[in-house]
Amino acid sequence: MAVPVDVRAEVLANTRLSAEYNVLVLGAPAIARAAEPGQFVMVRTADGTDPLLRRPFSVFEVLRDGEAPPHAISILCKRVGAGTTRLFHAEAGSHLDCLGPLGKPFGVVAPPAEAWMVAGGVGLAPFATLTGALNATGAAARLFYGGRSAADLFYIDWFRSRGVTLDVATEDGSRGDHGRVTVPLERALAARDASVPVMLYACGPEPMLKAVAGLAIRHGLPSQVSTERIMGCGMGGCYSCVVKTRGEDGQARFVRSCVNGPVFAGDALVWE
Amino acid sequence: MTPDLRVRIGPLELKNPLMTASGCFGYGVEYADVVDLSRLGAVVVKGLFLKEREGHPPPRIVETPSGMLNAIGLQGIGVHRFVREKMPELRRLGAVVVVNVCGSSIDEYCEVSRILSDVEGVAALELNISCPNIKEGGIQFGCDLPSAHAVISAVRKVTRLPLMPKLTPNVTSVSSFARAAEDAGADAVSLVNTFLAMAIDVETGRPKLSNVMGGLSGPAIRPIAVRMVYECAKAVRIPVVGMGGISSARDVLEFLIAGATAVQVGTANFVDPFIWSKLQSGVEEYLQRHDIPRVMDLVGTLTTAR
Repeated sequence: MAVPVDVRAEVLANTRLSAEYNVLVLGAPAIARAAEPGQFVMVRTADGTDPLLRRPFSVFEVLRDGEAPPHAISILCKRVGAGTTRLFHAEAGSHLDCLGPLGKPFGVVAPPAEAWMVAGGVGLAPFATLTGALNATGAAARLFYGGRSAADLFYIDWFRSRGVTLDVATEDGSRGDHGRVTVPLERALAARDASVPVMLYACGPEPMLKAVAGLAIRHGLPSQVSTERIMGCGMGGCYSCVVKTRGEDGQARFVRSCVNGPVFAGDALVWE
Repeated sequence: MTPDLRVRIGPLELKNPLMTASGCFGYGVEYADVVDLSRLGAVVVKGLFLKEREGHPPPRIVETPSGMLNAIGLQGIGVHRFVREKMPELRRLGAVVVVNVCGSSIDEYCEVSRILSDVEGVAALELNISCPNIKEGGIQFGCDLPSAHAVISAVRKVTRLPLMPKLTPNVTSVSSFARAAEDAGADAVSLVNTFLAMAIDVETGRPKLSNVMGGLSGPAIRPIAVRMVYECAKAVRIPVVGMGGISSARDVLEFLIAGATAVQVGTANFVDPFIWSKLQSGVEEYLQRHDIPRVMDLVGTLTTAR
Protein backbone atom coordinates (compact mmCIF):
# COMPACT_ATOMS: atom_id res chain seq x y z
CA MET A 1 0.00 0.00 0.00
CA ALA A 2 1.05 3.54 -0.70
CA VAL A 3 2.76 5.69 1.89
CA PRO A 4 0.33 8.38 3.10
CA VAL A 5 0.91 11.98 2.05
CA ASP A 6 -0.47 15.23 3.41
CA VAL A 7 -1.97 17.32 0.62
CA ARG A 8 -3.09 20.92 0.93
CA ALA A 9 -6.12 20.14 -1.21
CA GLU A 10 -8.18 22.73 -3.03
CA VAL A 11 -11.93 22.37 -2.63
CA LEU A 12 -12.89 21.97 -6.29
CA ALA A 13 -16.61 21.62 -5.63
CA ASN A 14 -19.04 21.36 -2.74
CA THR A 15 -22.38 19.80 -3.67
CA ARG A 16 -24.99 19.93 -0.93
CA LEU A 17 -27.22 16.90 -1.33
CA SER A 18 -29.61 17.82 1.49
CA ALA A 19 -29.62 19.90 4.68
CA GLU A 20 -27.27 17.30 6.19
CA TYR A 21 -25.22 15.70 3.45
CA ASN A 22 -22.67 17.14 1.08
CA VAL A 23 -19.99 15.89 -1.29
CA LEU A 24 -16.66 17.71 -1.30
CA VAL A 25 -14.34 17.31 -4.26
CA LEU A 26 -10.73 17.72 -3.14
CA GLY A 27 -7.83 18.29 -5.52
CA ALA A 28 -5.37 15.69 -4.22
CA PRO A 29 -3.74 13.89 -7.17
CA ALA A 30 -1.24 11.91 -5.07
CA ILE A 31 -4.04 10.49 -2.91
CA ALA A 32 -6.41 9.96 -5.85
CA ARG A 33 -3.83 7.86 -7.70
CA ALA A 34 -2.95 5.70 -4.70
CA ALA A 35 -6.29 5.19 -2.94
CA GLU A 36 -7.78 1.71 -2.88
CA PRO A 37 -11.45 0.88 -2.19
CA GLY A 38 -12.22 1.12 1.53
CA GLN A 39 -9.29 3.37 2.39
CA PHE A 40 -9.82 6.69 4.12
CA VAL A 41 -8.36 10.17 4.50
CA MET A 42 -7.96 12.40 7.56
CA VAL A 43 -9.22 15.89 6.79
CA ARG A 44 -8.48 19.01 8.78
CA THR A 45 -11.71 20.97 8.83
CA ALA A 46 -10.10 24.30 9.69
CA ASP A 47 -6.72 25.92 10.08
CA GLY A 48 -5.81 26.80 13.65
CA THR A 49 -6.61 24.78 16.76
CA ASP A 50 -10.40 24.62 17.02
CA PRO A 51 -11.53 22.09 15.91
CA LEU A 52 -8.13 20.59 16.66
CA LEU A 53 -8.19 17.07 15.28
CA ARG A 54 -8.70 15.81 11.76
CA ARG A 55 -11.81 13.86 10.82
CA PRO A 56 -11.75 10.50 9.04
CA PHE A 57 -13.65 10.06 5.76
CA SER A 58 -13.81 7.16 3.36
CA VAL A 59 -12.56 8.04 -0.09
CA PHE A 60 -15.94 8.31 -1.85
CA GLU A 61 -15.05 8.81 -5.52
CA VAL A 62 -11.74 8.90 -7.37
CA LEU A 63 -12.12 11.48 -10.15
CA ARG A 64 -10.35 11.96 -13.45
CA ASP A 65 -10.85 13.90 -16.67
CA GLY A 66 -11.28 11.45 -19.51
CA GLU A 67 -8.30 9.12 -19.71
CA ALA A 68 -6.00 11.35 -17.61
CA PRO A 69 -4.65 10.03 -14.31
CA PRO A 70 -6.90 10.72 -11.30
CA HIS A 71 -6.59 14.27 -9.99
CA ALA A 72 -9.15 14.45 -7.20
CA ILE A 73 -11.11 12.51 -4.65
CA SER A 74 -14.48 13.25 -3.17
CA ILE A 75 -15.73 12.63 0.35
CA LEU A 76 -19.33 12.10 1.43
CA CYS A 77 -19.98 14.15 4.57
CA LYS A 78 -22.82 14.15 7.05
CA ARG A 79 -23.18 17.07 9.43
CA VAL A 80 -22.89 15.84 12.98
CA GLY A 81 -20.66 18.34 14.77
CA ALA A 82 -18.48 21.41 14.49
CA GLY A 83 -16.00 19.89 12.03
CA THR A 84 -18.52 18.46 9.61
CA THR A 85 -20.55 21.67 9.77
CA ARG A 86 -17.46 23.53 8.55
CA LEU A 87 -17.10 21.03 5.74
CA PHE A 88 -20.78 21.47 4.85
CA HIS A 89 -20.12 25.17 4.34
CA ALA A 90 -16.66 24.84 2.73
CA GLU A 91 -16.29 27.10 -0.27
CA ALA A 92 -14.88 26.08 -3.62
CA GLY A 93 -11.41 27.54 -3.96
CA SER A 94 -10.61 27.15 -0.24
CA HIS A 95 -8.03 24.61 0.93
CA LEU A 96 -8.14 21.72 3.39
CA ASP A 97 -5.27 19.56 4.63
CA CYS A 98 -5.96 16.00 3.57
CA LEU A 99 -3.83 13.06 4.79
CA GLY A 100 -4.00 9.69 3.10
CA PRO A 101 -4.63 7.18 1.78
CA LEU A 102 -4.88 5.34 5.09
CA GLY A 103 -6.04 1.95 6.35
CA LYS A 104 -6.52 -1.51 4.96
CA PRO A 105 -8.71 -1.67 1.84
CA PHE A 106 -11.47 -4.10 0.94
CA GLY A 107 -10.53 -7.39 -0.63
CA VAL A 108 -12.17 -7.23 -4.08
CA VAL A 109 -13.91 -10.37 -5.29
CA ALA A 110 -13.87 -11.66 -8.87
CA PRO A 111 -16.34 -13.88 -10.75
CA PRO A 112 -17.90 -16.26 -10.14
CA ALA A 113 -18.29 -14.57 -6.74
CA GLU A 114 -20.86 -11.81 -6.39
CA ALA A 115 -20.42 -8.71 -4.22
CA TRP A 116 -23.34 -7.71 -2.05
CA MET A 117 -22.76 -4.27 -0.54
CA VAL A 118 -24.83 -3.17 2.44
CA ALA A 119 -24.86 0.56 3.22
CA GLY A 120 -26.60 2.51 5.98
CA GLY A 121 -26.76 6.30 5.63
CA VAL A 122 -23.32 7.87 5.23
CA GLY A 123 -22.00 4.29 5.15
CA LEU A 124 -22.54 4.49 1.41
CA ALA A 125 -19.18 6.24 1.17
CA PRO A 126 -16.73 3.36 0.54
CA PHE A 127 -18.94 1.62 -2.03
CA ALA A 128 -18.43 3.91 -5.02
CA THR A 129 -14.73 3.04 -5.30
CA LEU A 130 -15.51 -0.59 -4.52
CA THR A 131 -18.00 -0.59 -7.38
CA GLY A 132 -15.28 0.69 -9.69
CA ALA A 133 -12.99 -2.16 -8.62
CA LEU A 134 -15.80 -4.72 -9.02
CA ASN A 135 -16.53 -3.40 -12.51
CA ALA A 136 -12.86 -4.01 -13.27
CA THR A 137 -12.93 -7.64 -12.06
CA GLY A 138 -16.30 -8.19 -13.68
CA ALA A 139 -17.95 -9.39 -10.48
CA ALA A 140 -21.70 -8.86 -10.28
CA ALA A 141 -22.51 -6.15 -7.72
CA ARG A 142 -25.63 -5.55 -5.68
CA LEU A 143 -26.24 -2.68 -3.25
CA PHE A 144 -28.59 -2.84 -0.29
CA TYR A 145 -29.00 0.77 0.76
CA GLY A 146 -30.91 2.02 3.78
CA GLY A 147 -31.71 5.51 5.04
CA ARG A 148 -34.22 7.31 7.23
CA SER A 149 -36.30 8.40 4.25
CA ALA A 150 -36.18 8.71 0.45
CA ALA A 151 -34.62 12.17 0.82
CA ASP A 152 -31.61 10.62 2.57
CA LEU A 153 -30.72 8.29 -0.30
CA PHE A 154 -28.18 9.57 -2.81
CA TYR A 155 -26.29 8.47 -5.93
CA ILE A 156 -28.77 5.74 -6.74
CA ASP A 157 -28.56 6.48 -10.47
CA TRP A 158 -24.77 6.57 -10.21
CA PHE A 159 -24.71 2.98 -8.94
CA ARG A 160 -27.39 1.81 -11.40
CA SER A 161 -25.45 3.24 -14.34
CA ARG A 162 -22.51 1.06 -13.31
CA GLY A 163 -24.53 -2.09 -13.43
CA VAL A 164 -25.21 -2.35 -9.70
CA THR A 165 -28.54 -3.96 -8.73
CA LEU A 166 -30.21 -1.86 -6.05
CA ASP A 167 -32.37 -2.85 -3.07
CA VAL A 168 -33.53 0.12 -1.03
CA ALA A 169 -35.10 0.41 2.42
CA THR A 170 -36.25 3.46 4.36
CA GLU A 171 -37.21 3.67 8.00
CA ASP A 172 -40.30 5.76 7.15
CA GLY A 173 -41.26 3.60 4.18
CA SER A 174 -41.03 6.51 1.73
CA ARG A 175 -38.99 4.41 -0.69
CA GLY A 176 -38.33 0.70 -1.05
CA ASP A 177 -38.87 -1.60 1.88
CA HIS A 178 -40.29 -0.13 5.07
CA GLY A 179 -37.67 -0.67 7.78
CA ARG A 180 -34.00 -1.38 8.06
CA VAL A 181 -31.74 -2.36 5.22
CA THR A 182 -31.60 -5.87 6.65
CA VAL A 183 -35.21 -6.41 5.47
CA PRO A 184 -34.34 -6.68 1.74
CA LEU A 185 -31.00 -8.27 2.60
CA GLU A 186 -32.58 -11.13 4.55
CA ARG A 187 -35.10 -11.68 1.76
CA ALA A 188 -32.32 -11.85 -0.82
CA LEU A 189 -30.25 -14.20 1.31
CA ALA A 190 -33.21 -16.54 1.69
CA ALA A 191 -33.83 -16.52 -2.06
CA ARG A 192 -30.28 -16.78 -3.30
CA ASP A 193 -28.79 -19.57 -5.40
CA ALA A 194 -26.51 -21.30 -2.90
CA SER A 195 -24.14 -22.44 -5.66
CA VAL A 196 -23.05 -18.83 -6.30
CA PRO A 197 -20.44 -17.58 -3.81
CA VAL A 198 -21.28 -14.20 -2.26
CA MET A 199 -19.06 -11.74 -0.39
CA LEU A 200 -20.99 -9.40 1.88
CA TYR A 201 -19.57 -5.90 2.33
CA ALA A 202 -21.03 -3.60 4.98
CA CYS A 203 -20.58 -0.02 6.14
CA GLY A 204 -22.95 1.95 8.36
CA PRO A 205 -24.16 2.25 11.94
CA GLU A 206 -22.77 -0.33 14.34
CA PRO A 207 -26.07 -2.18 14.94
CA MET A 208 -26.34 -2.64 11.17
CA LEU A 209 -22.77 -3.94 10.94
CA LYS A 210 -23.45 -6.38 13.74
CA ALA A 211 -26.63 -7.56 12.03
CA VAL A 212 -24.94 -8.03 8.65
CA ALA A 213 -21.96 -9.85 10.17
CA GLY A 214 -24.42 -12.10 12.00
CA LEU A 215 -26.43 -12.80 8.85
CA ALA A 216 -23.24 -13.65 6.97
CA ILE A 217 -22.27 -16.19 9.63
CA ARG A 218 -25.78 -17.67 9.68
CA HIS A 219 -25.73 -18.12 5.91
CA GLY A 220 -22.17 -19.41 5.82
CA LEU A 221 -20.91 -16.43 3.83
CA PRO A 222 -17.75 -14.36 4.30
CA SER A 223 -18.16 -10.70 5.07
CA GLN A 224 -16.02 -7.56 5.15
CA VAL A 225 -17.13 -4.84 7.50
CA SER A 226 -15.90 -1.25 7.42
CA THR A 227 -16.00 0.17 10.94
CA GLU A 228 -16.51 3.79 11.85
CA ARG A 229 -14.76 5.06 14.96
CA ILE A 230 -13.74 8.32 16.56
CA MET A 231 -10.14 8.67 15.44
CA GLY A 232 -7.39 10.86 16.82
CA CYS A 233 -4.66 10.42 14.27
CA GLY A 234 -5.49 7.76 11.65
CA MET A 235 -1.87 6.58 11.76
CA GLY A 236 -1.82 4.11 14.66
CA GLY A 237 -0.34 6.56 17.13
CA CYS A 238 -3.09 7.26 19.63
CA TYR A 239 -4.98 3.99 20.22
CA SER A 240 -8.34 5.76 20.42
CA CYS A 241 -10.18 4.09 17.52
CA VAL A 242 -10.11 0.54 18.83
CA VAL A 243 -12.55 -2.23 18.03
CA LYS A 244 -12.58 -5.63 19.68
CA THR A 245 -11.55 -8.56 17.53
CA ARG A 246 -10.81 -12.19 18.18
CA GLY A 247 -7.29 -13.16 17.15
CA GLU A 248 -5.99 -16.48 15.90
CA ASP A 249 -5.24 -17.46 19.50
CA GLY A 250 -8.95 -17.07 20.31
CA GLN A 251 -8.26 -14.13 22.58
CA ALA A 252 -10.44 -11.00 22.20
CA ARG A 253 -8.38 -7.81 22.04
CA PHE A 254 -8.80 -4.16 21.21
CA VAL A 255 -7.13 -3.39 17.89
CA ARG A 256 -6.82 -0.06 16.12
CA SER A 257 -9.37 0.38 13.34
CA CYS A 258 -7.09 2.89 11.57
CA VAL A 259 -4.21 0.50 10.91
CA ASN A 260 -5.71 -2.96 11.45
CA GLY A 261 -8.89 -1.83 9.66
CA PRO A 262 -11.10 0.00 8.97
CA VAL A 263 -12.11 -3.12 7.04
CA PHE A 264 -12.34 -6.28 9.15
CA ALA A 265 -13.58 -9.77 8.46
CA GLY A 266 -17.09 -9.74 9.92
CA ASP A 267 -16.51 -12.96 11.85
CA ALA A 268 -13.39 -11.54 13.57
CA LEU A 269 -15.25 -8.67 15.24
CA VAL A 270 -16.48 -9.07 18.81
CA TRP A 271 -19.56 -6.94 19.46
CA GLU A 272 -20.01 -5.33 22.88
CA MET B 1 26.27 28.57 9.65
CA THR B 2 23.87 25.81 10.71
CA PRO B 3 23.18 26.13 14.42
CA ASP B 4 24.21 23.30 16.75
CA LEU B 5 21.02 21.60 17.89
CA ARG B 6 22.62 19.03 20.19
CA VAL B 7 21.41 18.88 23.79
CA ARG B 8 22.41 16.80 26.81
CA ILE B 9 19.85 15.05 28.97
CA GLY B 10 22.08 13.90 31.80
CA PRO B 11 24.48 11.37 30.30
CA LEU B 12 22.51 11.19 27.05
CA GLU B 13 23.36 13.42 24.11
CA LEU B 14 20.56 14.03 21.61
CA LYS B 15 21.10 15.35 18.10
CA ASN B 16 18.27 17.83 18.61
CA PRO B 17 15.78 18.71 21.35
CA LEU B 18 12.72 17.19 19.65
CA MET B 19 11.26 14.06 21.23
CA THR B 20 7.98 12.30 20.66
CA ALA B 21 5.66 12.25 23.66
CA SER B 22 4.79 8.84 25.04
CA GLY B 23 1.35 7.57 24.05
CA CYS B 24 1.24 9.86 21.03
CA PHE B 25 3.55 8.01 18.65
CA GLY B 26 2.63 4.35 19.15
CA TYR B 27 5.82 2.30 19.35
CA GLY B 28 7.47 4.54 16.76
CA VAL B 29 7.38 1.96 13.96
CA GLU B 30 3.88 3.13 13.00
CA TYR B 31 5.40 6.37 11.74
CA ALA B 32 8.47 4.95 10.00
CA ASP B 33 6.93 5.49 6.55
CA VAL B 34 6.43 9.22 7.04
CA VAL B 35 9.10 10.24 9.59
CA ASP B 36 12.84 9.51 9.51
CA LEU B 37 13.07 8.28 13.10
CA SER B 38 16.85 8.66 13.10
CA ARG B 39 16.47 12.42 12.71
CA LEU B 40 14.41 12.83 15.88
CA GLY B 41 16.13 13.72 19.14
CA ALA B 42 14.48 10.66 20.64
CA VAL B 43 11.48 8.42 20.12
CA VAL B 44 9.61 7.99 23.41
CA VAL B 45 7.42 4.94 22.98
CA LYS B 46 4.07 4.10 24.49
CA GLY B 47 4.05 3.18 28.17
CA LEU B 48 4.86 -0.44 28.96
CA PHE B 49 3.93 -2.65 31.87
CA LEU B 50 5.36 -6.10 32.45
CA LYS B 51 2.34 -7.70 30.79
CA GLU B 52 -0.12 -6.91 28.04
CA ARG B 53 -2.90 -4.51 28.99
CA GLU B 54 -6.27 -4.18 27.34
CA GLY B 55 -6.96 -0.50 28.07
CA HIS B 56 -10.35 1.16 28.46
CA PRO B 57 -13.38 0.55 26.24
CA PRO B 58 -14.14 3.27 23.68
CA PRO B 59 -14.94 6.11 23.48
CA ARG B 60 -11.37 6.85 24.53
CA ILE B 61 -10.96 10.41 23.27
CA VAL B 62 -13.08 13.50 22.95
CA GLU B 63 -12.21 16.81 21.41
CA THR B 64 -12.43 19.96 23.52
CA PRO B 65 -11.67 23.59 22.65
CA SER B 66 -8.07 23.61 21.31
CA GLY B 67 -7.48 20.31 23.02
CA MET B 68 -8.54 16.75 23.58
CA LEU B 69 -9.23 14.40 26.45
CA ASN B 70 -7.95 10.88 26.38
CA ALA B 71 -8.55 7.86 28.53
CA ILE B 72 -6.79 5.12 26.60
CA GLY B 73 -5.94 3.26 29.78
CA LEU B 74 -2.39 2.35 28.75
CA GLN B 75 -3.33 -0.39 26.33
CA GLY B 76 -0.04 -2.05 25.54
CA ILE B 77 1.79 -5.15 24.44
CA GLY B 78 3.96 -5.49 27.55
CA VAL B 79 7.71 -5.18 27.81
CA HIS B 80 8.57 -8.66 26.52
CA ARG B 81 6.67 -8.38 23.27
CA PHE B 82 8.02 -4.84 22.82
CA VAL B 83 11.60 -6.05 23.09
CA ARG B 84 10.93 -8.97 20.75
CA GLU B 85 8.62 -7.38 18.17
CA LYS B 86 9.43 -3.65 18.07
CA MET B 87 13.03 -3.11 19.15
CA PRO B 88 14.69 -4.83 16.15
CA GLU B 89 12.86 -2.48 13.77
CA LEU B 90 13.62 0.59 15.92
CA ARG B 91 17.32 -0.37 16.00
CA ARG B 92 17.34 -0.86 12.23
CA LEU B 93 15.77 2.58 11.75
CA GLY B 94 18.41 4.22 13.90
CA ALA B 95 16.00 5.62 16.47
CA VAL B 96 17.20 6.82 19.87
CA VAL B 97 14.66 4.92 21.93
CA VAL B 98 13.35 6.11 25.27
CA VAL B 99 10.94 3.67 26.88
CA ASN B 100 8.12 4.91 29.07
CA VAL B 101 8.04 2.52 32.04
CA CYS B 102 4.80 1.82 33.90
CA GLY B 103 3.99 -0.24 36.93
CA SER B 104 1.27 -0.97 39.43
CA SER B 105 3.87 -1.59 42.15
CA ILE B 106 7.46 -0.60 42.86
CA ASP B 107 8.46 -4.18 42.05
CA GLU B 108 6.88 -3.95 38.61
CA TYR B 109 8.60 -0.64 37.80
CA CYS B 110 11.90 -2.23 38.83
CA GLU B 111 11.32 -5.44 36.88
CA VAL B 112 10.39 -3.61 33.65
CA SER B 113 13.38 -1.29 34.07
CA ARG B 114 15.74 -4.20 34.73
CA ILE B 115 14.57 -6.00 31.59
CA LEU B 116 15.03 -2.90 29.44
CA SER B 117 18.47 -2.17 30.86
CA ASP B 118 19.87 -5.20 29.07
CA VAL B 119 18.29 -4.38 25.70
CA GLU B 120 20.54 -3.00 23.00
CA GLY B 121 19.26 0.29 21.63
CA VAL B 122 17.28 1.45 24.65
CA ALA B 123 18.84 4.84 25.39
CA ALA B 124 16.92 5.96 28.46
CA LEU B 125 13.89 5.26 30.63
CA GLU B 126 11.03 7.65 31.26
CA LEU B 127 9.33 6.63 34.48
CA ASN B 128 5.58 7.06 34.14
CA ILE B 129 4.36 8.11 37.58
CA SER B 130 1.73 10.39 36.15
CA CYS B 131 -0.85 8.63 33.99
CA PRO B 132 -4.22 9.94 35.18
CA ASN B 133 -6.23 7.14 33.58
CA ILE B 134 -5.48 3.97 35.49
CA LYS B 135 -6.65 2.95 38.90
CA GLU B 136 -3.55 1.33 40.33
CA GLY B 137 -0.01 2.60 40.01
CA GLY B 138 0.97 5.51 37.85
CA ILE B 139 -0.41 8.69 39.28
CA GLN B 140 -0.71 7.33 42.82
CA PHE B 141 3.10 7.38 42.88
CA GLY B 142 3.20 10.76 41.21
CA CYS B 143 0.86 12.59 43.60
CA ASP B 144 2.58 11.67 46.85
CA LEU B 145 6.13 12.89 47.54
CA PRO B 146 7.35 9.92 49.64
CA SER B 147 5.93 7.43 47.12
CA ALA B 148 7.49 9.27 44.18
CA HIS B 149 10.84 9.33 45.94
CA ALA B 150 10.57 5.65 46.83
CA VAL B 151 9.80 4.40 43.31
CA ILE B 152 12.47 6.56 41.66
CA SER B 153 15.09 5.49 44.23
CA ALA B 154 14.19 1.84 43.77
CA VAL B 155 14.45 2.00 39.98
CA ARG B 156 17.68 3.99 40.27
CA LYS B 157 19.23 0.99 42.03
CA VAL B 158 18.41 -1.45 39.21
CA THR B 159 19.41 0.50 36.12
CA ARG B 160 22.33 2.52 34.80
CA LEU B 161 20.24 3.93 31.97
CA PRO B 162 19.43 7.64 32.16
CA LEU B 163 16.30 7.91 34.26
CA MET B 164 13.64 10.56 33.65
CA PRO B 165 10.49 10.51 35.77
CA LYS B 166 7.48 12.02 33.98
CA LEU B 167 5.60 14.29 36.34
CA THR B 168 1.93 15.02 36.65
CA PRO B 169 0.58 18.56 36.80
CA ASN B 170 -2.28 17.36 39.02
CA VAL B 171 -0.51 18.36 42.24
CA THR B 172 -0.22 21.58 44.20
CA SER B 173 3.50 22.06 43.58
CA VAL B 174 5.11 20.26 40.64
CA SER B 175 8.51 21.65 41.51
CA SER B 176 8.54 19.82 44.84
CA PHE B 177 8.16 16.57 42.86
CA ALA B 178 10.97 17.63 40.53
CA ARG B 179 13.17 18.18 43.60
CA ALA B 180 12.18 14.78 45.01
CA ALA B 181 13.10 13.18 41.68
CA GLU B 182 16.49 14.89 41.67
CA ASP B 183 17.11 13.82 45.23
CA ALA B 184 16.18 10.22 44.37
CA GLY B 185 18.81 10.09 41.64
CA ALA B 186 16.90 10.98 38.49
CA ASP B 187 18.96 12.28 35.56
CA ALA B 188 16.16 14.50 34.29
CA VAL B 189 12.44 15.11 34.70
CA SER B 190 9.81 15.42 31.98
CA LEU B 191 6.60 17.37 32.39
CA VAL B 192 3.73 17.82 32.07
CA ASN B 193 1.58 14.77 31.66
CA THR B 194 -2.08 15.55 30.96
CA PHE B 195 -4.44 17.44 33.23
CA LEU B 196 -7.19 15.34 34.78
CA ALA B 197 -10.39 16.58 33.18
CA MET B 198 -13.83 15.58 31.97
CA ALA B 199 -16.51 16.41 29.43
CA ILE B 200 -20.25 15.71 29.59
CA ASP B 201 -22.82 15.20 26.85
CA VAL B 202 -25.55 17.45 28.20
CA GLU B 203 -28.25 15.89 25.98
CA THR B 204 -27.78 12.47 27.52
CA GLY B 205 -26.30 13.56 30.85
CA ARG B 206 -23.52 11.03 30.32
CA PRO B 207 -19.74 11.44 30.31
CA LYS B 208 -18.17 11.64 26.88
CA LEU B 209 -15.44 9.16 27.87
CA SER B 210 -16.16 5.60 28.97
CA ASN B 211 -13.70 6.14 31.83
CA VAL B 212 -15.64 9.29 32.88
CA MET B 213 -12.41 11.26 33.38
CA GLY B 214 -9.44 11.63 31.10
CA GLY B 215 -6.32 13.68 30.51
CA LEU B 216 -6.44 17.05 28.75
CA SER B 217 -3.71 17.79 26.20
CA GLY B 218 -3.20 20.12 23.28
CA PRO B 219 -2.72 23.87 22.85
CA ALA B 220 -5.29 24.55 25.59
CA ILE B 221 -2.82 23.49 28.31
CA ARG B 222 0.32 25.11 26.90
CA PRO B 223 0.49 28.27 29.08
CA ILE B 224 0.08 26.22 32.27
CA ALA B 225 2.73 23.76 31.11
CA VAL B 226 5.15 26.58 30.32
CA ARG B 227 4.67 27.98 33.82
CA MET B 228 5.28 24.58 35.42
CA VAL B 229 8.40 23.94 33.34
CA TYR B 230 9.67 27.39 34.35
CA GLU B 231 9.09 26.63 38.04
CA CYS B 232 10.75 23.22 37.85
CA ALA B 233 13.76 24.43 35.89
CA LYS B 234 14.39 27.00 38.60
CA ALA B 235 14.00 24.39 41.34
CA VAL B 236 16.42 21.67 40.13
CA ARG B 237 19.86 21.34 38.55
CA ILE B 238 18.98 18.30 36.41
CA PRO B 239 17.58 18.94 32.90
CA VAL B 240 13.87 19.47 32.45
CA VAL B 241 12.15 18.06 29.36
CA GLY B 242 9.10 20.19 28.66
CA MET B 243 5.84 19.35 26.97
CA GLY B 244 2.23 20.46 26.82
CA GLY B 245 0.46 21.64 23.70
CA ILE B 246 3.55 22.27 21.56
CA SER B 247 2.33 22.72 17.97
CA SER B 248 4.91 24.96 16.30
CA ALA B 249 8.57 25.98 16.39
CA ARG B 250 7.49 29.06 18.31
CA ASP B 251 6.08 26.81 21.02
CA VAL B 252 9.31 24.77 21.16
CA LEU B 253 11.27 27.98 21.63
CA GLU B 254 8.91 29.13 24.38
CA PHE B 255 9.60 25.97 26.40
CA LEU B 256 13.36 26.23 25.83
CA ILE B 257 13.42 29.85 26.99
CA ALA B 258 11.34 28.84 30.03
CA GLY B 259 14.07 26.37 30.97
CA ALA B 260 13.43 23.11 29.11
CA THR B 261 16.54 21.46 27.70
CA ALA B 262 14.45 19.41 25.30
CA VAL B 263 10.76 19.10 24.47
CA GLN B 264 8.23 16.43 23.66
CA VAL B 265 5.45 16.79 21.12
CA GLY B 266 2.30 14.69 21.38
CA THR B 267 -1.13 15.86 20.33
CA ALA B 268 0.24 18.01 17.47
CA ASN B 269 1.66 14.84 15.91
CA PHE B 270 -1.90 13.52 15.64
CA VAL B 271 -2.89 16.59 13.66
CA ASP B 272 0.27 16.67 11.52
CA PRO B 273 2.57 13.63 11.44
CA PHE B 274 4.90 15.64 9.19
CA ILE B 275 5.41 18.28 11.88
CA TRP B 276 8.93 17.20 12.91
CA SER B 277 10.96 18.67 10.06
CA LYS B 278 8.89 21.86 10.28
CA LEU B 279 9.69 22.22 13.98
CA GLN B 280 13.39 21.63 13.40
CA SER B 281 13.73 24.08 10.52
CA GLY B 282 11.75 26.66 12.47
CA VAL B 283 14.08 26.37 15.46
CA GLU B 284 17.14 26.56 13.19
CA GLU B 285 15.78 29.62 11.42
CA TYR B 286 15.16 31.34 14.78
CA LEU B 287 18.66 30.58 16.08
CA GLN B 288 20.20 31.94 12.90
CA ARG B 289 18.06 35.05 12.96
CA HIS B 290 19.02 35.70 16.59
CA ASP B 291 22.66 34.80 16.00
CA ILE B 292 22.60 32.02 18.58
CA PRO B 293 25.15 29.33 17.65
CA ARG B 294 23.88 26.53 19.89
CA VAL B 295 20.35 25.66 20.98
CA MET B 296 21.71 25.00 24.49
CA ASP B 297 22.51 28.71 24.69
CA LEU B 298 18.80 29.45 24.58
CA VAL B 299 17.77 27.17 27.46
CA GLY B 300 16.49 29.04 30.50
CA THR B 301 17.20 32.50 29.10
CA LEU B 302 13.94 34.11 30.14
CA THR B 303 14.50 37.79 30.81
CA THR B 304 12.34 39.12 33.62
CA ALA B 305 14.23 42.33 34.34
CA ARG B 306 12.47 45.45 33.16
